[in-house]
Parts: sequence; structure tokens; C-alpha cells
Amino acid sequence: MTDIRIGFIPLVDVAPLVALKEIGFAREEGIEVSLHREISWSNIRDKLAVGLYDASHLLAPMALATNLGLAGPPADLVVPYVLNLNGDVVCATTTFLSAVGLPADAPAARIAERIRAGALGRPVTFGVPFFFSTHHFLLRYWLASQGIDPARDVRIEVIPPPLMPQAIANGVIDGMMVGEPWGSVAVDEGTASIFLSATEIWAGAPEKVFGMRRRWAEENPDAVHALLRALYRASSWAEDPGNRVTLSELLAKDAYLGLSAEVIERALSGALTRTPQGLQERIGRFMVFQDGGSSFPWLSQALWFLEQMERWGFVEITAEHRRLVRNTMAPNLYRESLSPLGVAVPSANAKLEGSLAETTPAASATGRLFLGPDRFCDGKIFDPEIAS
Amino acid sequence: MKIVVIDQRSERADLIKEALGEAGFPDVVIVAETDRLLERLAEIDPDAVLIDLEAPSRDMLEQMFEISRQVKRPVAMFVDDSGESSIAAAVEAGVGAYVVNGLAKSRIKPVMELAISRYNTFSRLQTELDAAKAALAERKLIDRAKGILMKMKGVEEEEAYKLLRKTAMNQNRRIAEIAESIVTAAELLQQ
Repeated sequence: MTDIRIGFIPLVDVAPLVALKEIGFAREEGIEVSLHREISWSNIRDKLAVGLYDASHLLAPMALATNLGLAGPPADLVVPYVLNLNGDVVCATTTFLSAVGLPADAPAARIAERIRAGALGRPVTFGVPFFFSTHHFLLRYWLASQGIDPARDVRIEVIPPPLMPQAIANGVIDGMMVGEPWGSVAVDEGTASIFLSATEIWAGAPEKVFGMRRRWAEENPDAVHALLRALYRASSWAEDPGNRVTLSELLAKDAYLGLSAEVIERALSGALTRTPQGLQERIGRFMVFQDGGSSFPWLSQALWFLEQMERWGFVEITAEHRRLVRNTMAPNLYRESLSPLGVAVPSANAKLEGSLAETTPAASATGRLFLGPDRFCDGKIFDPEIAS
Repeated sequence: MKIVVIDQRSERADLIKEALGEAGFPDVVIVAETDRLLERLAEIDPDAVLIDLEAPSRDMLEQMFEISRQVKRPVAMFVDDSGESSIAAAVEAGVGAYVVNGLAKSRIKPVMELAISRYNTFSRLQTELDAAKAALAERKLIDRAKGILMKMKGVEEEEAYKLLRKTAMNQNRRIAEIAESIVTAAELLQQ
């Protein structure tokens, strides 16, 4: 079997891909994978587009933006699998907090109130890791829900995740929304407090997806099925609390994150240290790899991102754009690959987003599927049918 | 036509600038990566940007072009319709390009081709240099191992080398690897 080349960015949510390789799930399915660390998301996208990678760790909206022709070289990507829900944190710098007269453990609502009031005398600057990222759209969603105009009251800057702590230290940004462990790294360095998590903005937000070139997927159907089966088992393994210590040791290796296993374990368990003073808080479902259909590529999630892109003026929604977005997600490929494993696969391709406050049974071929909570911070419900 | 070259390796950036000058593009500015990258680019206001794909600031640059898409001038990555094979060649060579929409394709094409060929030349030179350095390091290691053997076993240089070679052949390893284990062992025993 030839080597399947996969690109990744050093983040905790690369865990299912690391387990795929290191725990041997890929080999058990008769495939060989190699993981290649990258410095920027643009680089991953371009290398995937031109075939230097066969598949990749991708930001959920990134695959959509690529297929919409909004960024990068022409490419036709498919997303048959969601690697994780959530796992991002929103931080404020200690400099910002003291400038607006708030303590290190100030709640999100009070921070929002200061931003809204223009307490800094200039727009507040937030860092996000990429323009077409879940972070960028969730941050805007939360700001708007607090009555803050993201275009007028704040500035949003793109900074690669590993460079975020440095940007804080240099005073380039007042806050950031970033994937773990980079928020916790800043807290440990004493430069920022975590005041909100992605889970609190949208409990069911798809964060990283597994994408591949459509042509490669069509030419290698057996490899794709094997890859998705192995990935499902790897995600389930990564979700098991009993494997957390092993998983954090693996991710800590220089080839992956090159950081302490302790800071990685915090993200895996959702037991975050929120402030430099050591305020602890456990956030339920902070980063989900495999639970309640979490890895299923819902068309409704992709359409939600399209609606947000239009909301902020990055694209217009046309019939063709909707078709491109729906076509990016590949729920049938997920079903074909995983049904033989006896996995409870959803019967529908889309759902109401934001309607579930708790784990709820849903229709599936085997009748054993439970969907996880997916509420938005403002309680709104996104209906993909009405949106069309 | 004003071109910005963003590259952390100043030798390579100089190489590109020189080549572009010779090819009839004299207006080239080299920018190293800094916190002020975006401001610098706004000041320079280039028609095209060539960037090292391994530069961490690429994602920031993409944002700048996203914003300019909305407010000022639309920008395309690489050259519009430049064809899959030439984009692949650029990515493989390690160079990316951002070009202002409306700039004639015929004008940017030679720039891209030049950049790709210079990046390839540079990485070949770099590989050769790395290989030469590695060979030199190996020779030094073998010399040290020979010295250790000569001293400990009381043999001549030629005999010491034969011993290294024979051991390498027997163990199906490279002479340099055997030399390395001898040097490491000697260092450990001396402590």
C-alpha cells in the first residue's frame, strides 16, 4: 500500500490523526499514512489542492471557501468526516483587562460590556488563526450576540496559532480566539485569561474536518473507506478518558506539538486553567472527537457557515454557492464507509442546528444514535430549509 | 510593475531580485517578515507579491487580500487561470504568488517562471551544501574514531581504518555509524 500523505497544524485537535498513525488503526486497515506538520493553513490548502497531500486536517469553513473559489488555487475538495467539535478558547490579555478596570477572572458579559462601551478608546483587536475559520465566525457570532459590531467596535487580525502567545506578549492583540493548547500556553505565561470557550458559543460547532481532493477520493475508493474506518476507530479511542494520558504524551512529541503533555491533557479533559492566578474550571464537552454523531458531515453545519459568510459580506448566497457548499460535504461516503462497522449513522443529511439542549435520540439505520447538545449562545435555531 | 518579495532567507531574496531585474522587472522590494508586514505592504502598494511558502505570515497575507477583495481591489492568488500544472510547480518549488486582478497574465507569467526556477536552483544548492557539510562532518567523525582506536589498540592509522571498515561490513552499517558509536562510547567512558 502506498503512503497516504496527510498535512496538519500543531493543535490538540490533530489527536484523531495522530492516533490513526501511532496507535496503529491505519495499519490494521491495511493502509500506511504519514503526517506532515505545516506552518500555515494556506500552505496546507495549497499542497492539498495540487496533490502534494492526499488528505488533511482542515478548518471546517476552509474547505467550503476553497470550493467556493474564495481563496487559493482552484481545487475540488470533499469532506466525509468531522475530526472534532469545539476545543477553541477566547482570551483577553492581562494588559487589556487591567486597562479597562476588570479583574483577571471577569466573566464574558462584563468584558463584552467594556468592549461595547469603547472602554479602550480604540477598537479592541482580536487574533484568529485564519480568515475562513470556525474561530472567526464564532467570535463574530458571539460579539454580535452581545450587541457589538464586529466591523466597527473591534479589529480582527489573522495570526498563526503557534505565534499567538508571542503576539500577546508583543502587545499586537488585546484578545484572541484560538485552538488549544495555545490559549492555555498564554495563561501559563501569565499574559492572558480564558473567558469563554467555543462550546459556550455553539455547543455543536464543527471545528476541524478531514478533507481530500475529490479526484483522489474517486480514484482510490478502497483507500478512502479504509481511511474512514480507521479514523472512526481512532476518534473513538481518542474520546475515551482512559486513553488521555497516552494521547497527551503522544501529542507532546516534537514531531507533533512539541509542548508539555500536561497542558495538552487540560484540553483533552476540558479541565481548563482560566487565569494566570490558577482559577480552575471544567467545561463539559470542551473538545469532542467521537460522540453523538459528532464526526458526521452535516450539510446543515456547512450551510450555517455559508449564511455567516454572507452575514459579514464575504460572499453572496446564490443557488450555485449553495450547491457548491452542499456538495463539499460527503455524508454518503461516511455512510458507505462506516455502516459495515455497525456504526449508528444518521438517516438524515441535515438537522436543525441549535435545537438540542441535551443529548437526544435521533433516527438512524440501527436506531442507537444519540445526538449531542448543539445550542447557540443566543438560543437561536438555524433551519437549513428556511435558510434556502 | 512593482513586485514585493517576502522571504526570510535574504540570499534567496537577493537571487530573485537580481533575476527579476535582468528579466526587465527592476521595481522589486525585498521585505523580511516582521510584525509590521501588513503595514509595510500597504505602504509599498505592490502589483504582485512573491512569498516563501514556509513563511508563517502567509495566513496574515491572505487576510489582507480578503479585506482588499471587499473594500479596495480584488486580488487573486497565483495567476488567474494559470493552469494546474504551473500552480503545482510553484507550490512544489516553495513559492507562492499574490497578484492584483486585472494585471495582464502575460506580464506575470515570466515572473512566476523565474521565481520557480530560482527557488529550485536555490534548494538544489542548499541540498548540495547540506550534503557537503554532512560529508565533512562524517570525515571528522571517522578521523576521531581512528584516533581513539590507534591509541587504545596501539595500531597504525591504516589498521584502524581497516578495523572500522570490517566492522561496518560485518554489521551491515555505514563506517560513519560505527565511528559515531566509538566516539560516543569513548566520551561516556572518559566521564
